Amino acid sequence: MKRNYKIEVDCANCANLMEEATKKTAGVANAVVNFMAQKMIVEFEDGQEPKAVMEEVLKNCRKVESDCEIEF
Amino acid sequence: MNKKQKLMLKRIIIASLLLIALQFVPITGVLQLICFLAIYGIIGYDILWKSWKGIRNKQVFDENFLMAVATIGVFALAIYEQSGDYNEAIAVMLFYQIGELFQSYAVGKSRRNITALMDIRPDYANIEVDGQLTKVDPYDVAVGDIIVVQPGEKVPLDGIVLDGKASLDTSALTGESVPRNVVVGDEITSGCININGVLKIRTTKEFDDSTVAKILELVENATSRKSKSENFISKFARIYTPFVCYSALALAILPPLVNQFIWQVGANWEIWVYRALTFLVISCPCALVLSVPLSFFAGIGGASKKGILVKGSNYLEALSKIKYVVFDKTGTLTHGVFQVSAVHHNTLAQEKLLEYAALAECASSHPISLSLQRAHKGEINRNRVTDIQEISGHGIVAKVDGKYVAVGNDKLMAQLHVAYKKCHSTGTIIHIAINNDYAGHIVISDVIKPQSKEAIQDLKKAGIKKTVMLTGDRDSVAQEVAHELAIDEVHSQLLPADKVIQVENLLTAKEKDSNLAFVGDGINDAPVLTRADIGIAMGAMGSDAAIEAADVVLMDDNPRNIAKAINIAKKCMSIVYENIIFAISIKALCLLLGAVGIANMWFAIFADVGVMILAVLNAIRALNVKNC
Repeated sequence: MKRNYKIEVDCANCANLMEEATKKTAGVANAVVNFMAQKMIVEFEDGQEPKAVMEEVLKNCRKVESDCEIEF
Repeated sequence: MNKKQKLMLKRIIIASLLLIALQFVPITGVLQLICFLAIYGIIGYDILWKSWKGIRNKQVFDENFLMAVATIGVFALAIYEQSGDYNEAIAVMLFYQIGELFQSYAVGKSRRNITALMDIRPDYANIEVDGQLTKVDPYDVAVGDIIVVQPGEKVPLDGIVLDGKASLDTSALTGESVPRNVVVGDEITSGCININGVLKIRTTKEFDDSTVAKILELVENATSRKSKSENFISKFARIYTPFVCYSALALAILPPLVNQFIWQVGANWEIWVYRALTFLVISCPCALVLSVPLSFFAGIGGASKKGILVKGSNYLEALSKIKYVVFDKTGTLTHGVFQVSAVHHNTLAQEKLLEYAALAECASSHPISLSLQRAHKGEINRNRVTDIQEISGHGIVAKVDGKYVAVGNDKLMAQLHVAYKKCHSTGTIIHIAINNDYAGHIVISDVIKPQSKEAIQDLKKAGIKKTVMLTGDRDSVAQEVAHELAIDEVHSQLLPADKVIQVENLLTAKEKDSNLAFVGDGINDAPVLTRADIGIAMGAMGSDAAIEAADVVLMDDNPRNIAKAINIAKKCMSIVYENIIFAISIKALCLLLGAVGIANMWFAIFADVGVMILAVLNAIRALNVKNC
């Protein structure tokens, strides 16, 4: 299952770091962060509850870029 | 500027003014240090705070942390050396912040510019309630509702015209400036602007499925499909920062130790620590990481302005490497609509012959019959026609104005024992006999688009090695079209599956780093579109199937846009390469000069911010596609 989320991130490298952090989060099959469109496309593993996974994703992203935002 | 940016601008101005003022205040010692530290705090508090959070999250190579280490390090050196020169640390922080501000402003601005280019999103739809027009959100309009579009308004949803006629400005969708006319019964595409008439439209799609929503989604998400260059840059960035940091560490420790113990000269710790700190200033790869996706974003935005939708940065990259273009004939190079291309009459006037043919065929909906009816300019009065008899596979016989008219192919003429003339023209030949006397024939063929010839020339100019045409049509027709357009290779009488085989043969024959594009109308060539390196669908206005199947979608059906798309892609890619090479070489130069002590920290930060600004400005150039 793929979902599209709006994000807020200031620098392009931070966006790459967020992409890495999201990919490493448990329950995420794949992720793409689009810095220019300020969007994040997350593909979840089967049977995962997106909301719960996204909580973790945000936590991990905050670790690499403390003032990023993800709307979910 | 948003709130965050405005605050940053204020901080930059205040810190700069204070820094200048402080140069003229004669204070020394601890008081001086405190004043400088205060300015440092104003300009850099967020960096310090973020780097503290970074340390807690074990993110050591975070750019904030590196900037903090570099500037605090310089402060410490100044205190240690008792030089009283604290300007450097503050200036570095100041320029870094200016660079960051510029970057975020430029990105926001170009994002808005590009979204404005695609300003096709309708704000409202008019619905008639009790004779009064009410504005509603296009989202709330259901399929089958009737909406009214007034002059100057955008068509909010796809539908069919129920009442009225108008000229439509489709330039926002197709890049084509000639207006398109619609009348009752025509399909209408959302995103067009109604120029002059009032239209009543029955919607056929919900907003989410309408052309406008599809296009916007496609363009906005295009940069999510990352290109090889972007992947290269993000890999590079992952290696670059740690590499520079470890080099800095080595630079701070190794040379002094070597000096001390091997050469037995002074260690000169402060010189080498300073050089190491200079390294940290240029350790952030942001200019590079930003400019590449920004270039792609601008290139894709510029292309969409011309009615060329590229579905991803990776496809833009692939477009630039196209060396072979394979065309489908019907609907791509030709109109795909049968038209009367010649009338060879003998005794009757040309108009009269057409009139008889059109009248005899008036009840048929066969494409050939329709083309005859279209070619006849006058009105078709069905009362003049009686006893219509369709002979399948042969043609039609009917009584027109009491005369016995036969319209059909060679077989029909043979059956009626009419002596007919063979025709040398390519196309479908329709013979006409009146009262069993041969009256002449009409040639019906698919007409080549007026821009096709120039399109092939444009492609050659754009460096295409070979053009190939594939068609299911007869060989004579295919050869003639290919000859007229100067296409290099033709394969005719192909079934859809044969086209896939032909494309596969071409794919194996081509060189490794060149790409093959297939151009079709997207209706029944989906397998070939997906098989080619790049599938280009044309004339996609209102055709979901084409938008779905292709990698690059030309909204218009003008084949010249293929070369235009390739040129836009080439321009964008050269900007990307320029930026990559420029940014990497300047960084490498700075590292080198920093290591030998020629470049100081001022130089490093100037170079870093300067590269970023130039790279961003260069990236925005991709938006300008006028001359492509």
